[in-house]
Amino acid sequence: MELKTKINAEDGKQELTITREFELPLALLFKAFTEPEIVEQWMGTKVLKLECKKYGSYQFETSDSKGNVVFRANGVIHEVSPNRKITRTFEMENAPFGVQLEICEFEEVTEGTSKLNMHVIYESGEKRDQVLKLPFKKGINMAHNRLQDIVSKLNVGR
Amino acid sequence: MNLRRDVFQAIADPTRRAILLLVAAQSMTAGAIAANFDTARPTVSKHLQILTECELLEQRQNGREVYYYINAKSMKQVADFIEPFRKMWDDRFNLLETIMKNYTIKE
Repeated sequence: MELKTKINAEDGKQELTITREFELPLALLFKAFTEPEIVEQWMGTKVLKLECKKYGSYQFETSDSKGNVVFRANGVIHEVSPNRKITRTFEMENAPFGVQLEICEFEEVTEGTSKLNMHVIYESGEKRDQVLKLPFKKGINMAHNRLQDIVSKLNVGR
Repeated sequence: MNLRRDVFQAIADPTRRAILLLVAAQSMTAGAIAANFDTARPTVSKHLQILTECELLEQRQNGREVYYYINAKSMKQVADFIEPFRKMWDDRFNLLETIMKNYTIKE
């Protein structure tokens, strides 16, 4: 199946773009980025803190089944323009990838569909490529497990 | 025995990327490739050796000359290296879409 997410990572550049169209009204797409309990679900990580406003900051943490912390990340938020734009930094803790700048732009396509354009700038082209080559299998499985969890909870709720 | 080199390390070098671009347009002899660079001929030969060892280039005898060809299969592997990253974001965004569709129903 064709993936709906497009990545443009030009050779030798220290940036990339991630674009995706959603079958969601713009306001709902934007909300998914600003509400901690929603971010938690689709990012597959615990959100310790998320103040989605200028001068705000956030902290993510993921633990394995034994309770060991396997991933921590944090960043600061520079701009939040409702239904339009979020500018923030992202840094994985205890990792050699440095800080990245993320400019997320949200756009209405039709009443029921919207588009996200994420422009990510890394400290260097080398760091960008290191991030791209991270073993993502684990993360993908975690996302799948989360999806199953959520779907089963939804069924219970009905 | 040739050490199998890392493809990604091979394309990290700007001269080697330029060589790949040249050869992608047209298969060429080592001499013709070297003529495109100010770099000393042995340096270009070294780059060609690395690109051949990691199977980005192939050598083929054509009469008395050896021509370098692009190995399309390896180049595809290079293009594919962002695929796991793309798949990870696609999975996250699919999940986001599912969650928010349900959110609409709830509201």
